[in-house]
Amino acid sequence: MLQDTVTLAHGAGGKQTSELIEKVFKAHFENPLFTPDDAAVLQIGPGADGQLPRLAMSTDGFIVSPSFFPGGNIGKLSICGTVNDLACMGAQPLYMTCAFVIEEGFPMSKLEEIAAAMEKTAAEAGVCIVAGDTKVAGRGQVDGVFITTTAVGRIMDGVTTGGALAKPGDSVIVTGDIGRHGCTILLARDDYGIEADVTSDCAPLWNAVRNVLTEVPGVHVIRDATRGGVGTVLYEIAGQSNVGFALDAENIPVDPGVRGVCGMLGLEPLYLACEGRLVIITPPETRDKVLDILRNSPHTEGAACIGTVTEDHPGRVVLQTEIGAQTILPQPGNELLPRIC
Amino acid sequence: MSDKKTDVIARARQIIDSYQGAPIRIMEVCGTHTHEIFRLGIRQILPPTIRLISGPGCPVCVTPVDFIDEAILLAMEHGATICTFGDLVRVPGSAGVPAVRKTGADASDNTAKAAEKTAAKAAENPKSETEETEKDAASAAGPADSSAGKGRRIGSLAAARAAGAKIQVVYAPQDAVAYAEEHPQEQVVFLSVGFETTTPTACLAVQEAQQKGLTNFSILTANKTMPSAYAAMKDSTDAFLYPGHVHAITGTGICEELARKGTSGVVAGFTAKELMTALAVVVKKTQEGKPFFENCYPRVVRPEGSPAAQKLVEKMMEPCDARWRGIGVLPDSGMKLRAEYADYDARVKFALPAMEGRENPACRCGEVLQGKCLPSDCKVFGTGCTPEHPVGACMVSGEGACSAFYLYGGDRM
Repeated sequence: MLQDTVTLAHGAGGKQTSELIEKVFKAHFENPLFTPDDAAVLQIGPGADGQLPRLAMSTDGFIVSPSFFPGGNIGKLSICGTVNDLACMGAQPLYMTCAFVIEEGFPMSKLEEIAAAMEKTAAEAGVCIVAGDTKVAGRGQVDGVFITTTAVGRIMDGVTTGGALAKPGDSVIVTGDIGRHGCTILLARDDYGIEADVTSDCAPLWNAVRNVLTEVPGVHVIRDATRGGVGTVLYEIAGQSNVGFALDAENIPVDPGVRGVCGMLGLEPLYLACEGRLVIITPPETRDKVLDILRNSPHTEGAACIGTVTEDHPGRVVLQTEIGAQTILPQPGNELLPRIC
Repeated sequence: MSDKKTDVIARARQIIDSYQGAPIRIMEVCGTHTHEIFRLGIRQILPPTIRLISGPGCPVCVTPVDFIDEAILLAMEHGATICTFGDLVRVPGSAGVPAVRKTGADASDNTAKAAEKTAAKAAENPKSETEETEKDAASAAGPADSSAGKGRRIGSLAAARAAGAKIQVVYAPQDAVAYAEEHPQEQVVFLSVGFETTTPTACLAVQEAQQKGLTNFSILTANKTMPSAYAAMKDSTDAFLYPGHVHAITGTGICEELARKGTSGVVAGFTAKELMTALAVVVKKTQEGKPFFENCYPRVVRPEGSPAAQKLVEKMMEPCDARWRGIGVLPDSGMKLRAEYADYDARVKFALPAMEGRENPACRCGEVLQGKCLPSDCKVFGTGCTPEHPVGACMVSGEGACSAFYLYGGDRM
């Protein structure tokens, strides 16, 4: 019989550890490759053209506080974050490992809920959890549960994306309204005493990316606008590609709830984190096609073109404001934001 | 964007663009206005004859150095827990500037000048030469003023926090009361800064603490009122863009009186449409040639303001002289708790000594606030003074003129 809370014994490697793995993790992650041995043994076959596959691999740690929030929990987030990172390289996520650090006393039912969310999200993203690790830390040494996921994926044939590949004239697309995850976490922490109906945008985006790249393999850049938001990502790409950006402020999709909260707290939505939003930079002639595909794919129905890549003002993001003036989007600041992912 | 909104903005732009009269200076005296003007890029679309000046309207920017010194003293010497709006945490106090001994003698005037020079040098080269210049200044100025004890060596509340003081960031004065209630073993002091808009909330906090019988809560006041700032600034501008939030509380009587005495202005809201409309009204009215006042934010600002808020403040606070950073003491421009609330007045409760703050002589915030120079005319702007390492208060707050100027790359693109 499983206890109500996680104890240090669950992390000691003995009978209780096996029981925790068996009853919580294996119950949700079971698949033929899920290994009882020290490491998973995997095979990746050649591509359609007989060439050896190109692989992408990524890892990410998740320490979000609170670990349950409107629109998801740390489990769902830990799958989305890593899968979306692979998707940005045009890689189909194949295999994933996950490592848990759990605080002594963490409710077992909550851990179950987290594992169930991971199972569901991994299934949607088509990734197979093949190995894991469980540690229990003393009370106060971690806050609830921390998760690290690592995944490997196969890059689609004929696809090469990267932050240094943006070209002047390219169109800049976001896959939905921005900043909802960051805003949700700020509100969930209840530091501000503000209530608003905002849910996290946390979502796995591989299926949408696959749909786009199948039809338009020549996309130049795909970036996951997580910590730092769309603004930070654009400044990074501007630096990597030595280009500028001209955005039209009116076309940037922002949920009215998010806009209201930003107004009250003096925050810029472009710097709020997303966990299910991509920045896609693509040649202008492919813009409408990409938008059309995204609008018919899961989690990207709200895609919008927000501007273009420019040769002018390299390294800078310039906004056309609602009065028709052009302003520089201030560079990302050094404010201490709460743990959002 | 709705068509109606586009129409209003387009019409306002047309009025502004076609202005061909004498130069007009328009001063905004509200941090939110400053921020929105820069965010929207309004300065860039104005013809060269229309100039916007960011006056004293950001509460952090006008808070004097000695107020920060008092807060540091409370935290370091009296062990008080300081509850404050986040922006104040990074504002430099006096200790960031080498000490200058105040005496009347000629000789020490020279040492004071030497110290000022080294201080200015330190601000221009904050990293490389700080240590050396501190030594220079110490030898030039003699032993540092020790009246405030060890608190004097801490340069900001952020530095105090790093040195072990309890500095708690809150978003409303009520949060500070709640904190005091939850921590009965701590003496909690709320740093009460702001204008007519925020002063009533500070009064409410004191009232709440009184009702709850809290003996561990007090406020350190630096509350200010706008009318004396208008009077002090009236020769630096041709028209004021009066702050909508302030006049939602105070009403528009003062603005009408100023117009009768020859000072023009309009109350403005905060959206693109409201700001552009207010500017277009200034341009139009200026051409009529008579001093004017117009309420361009009637959906929020009523002529009588908010009598309830006025009554509350009147009951609990009284006017006092107040120092404005970079500008000096303006008579009756501050608000402090009345004697019957002395138990909640941190200055009385902790018997704070009178303090004389020393502003960094390299900083030209005072002139910036009066429109006498642009932030970029200041020698330390963008080099010794950046949002990451602010020298003056106008660089700290996101609503400060220098910070906005720095972040948005100046007046024009």
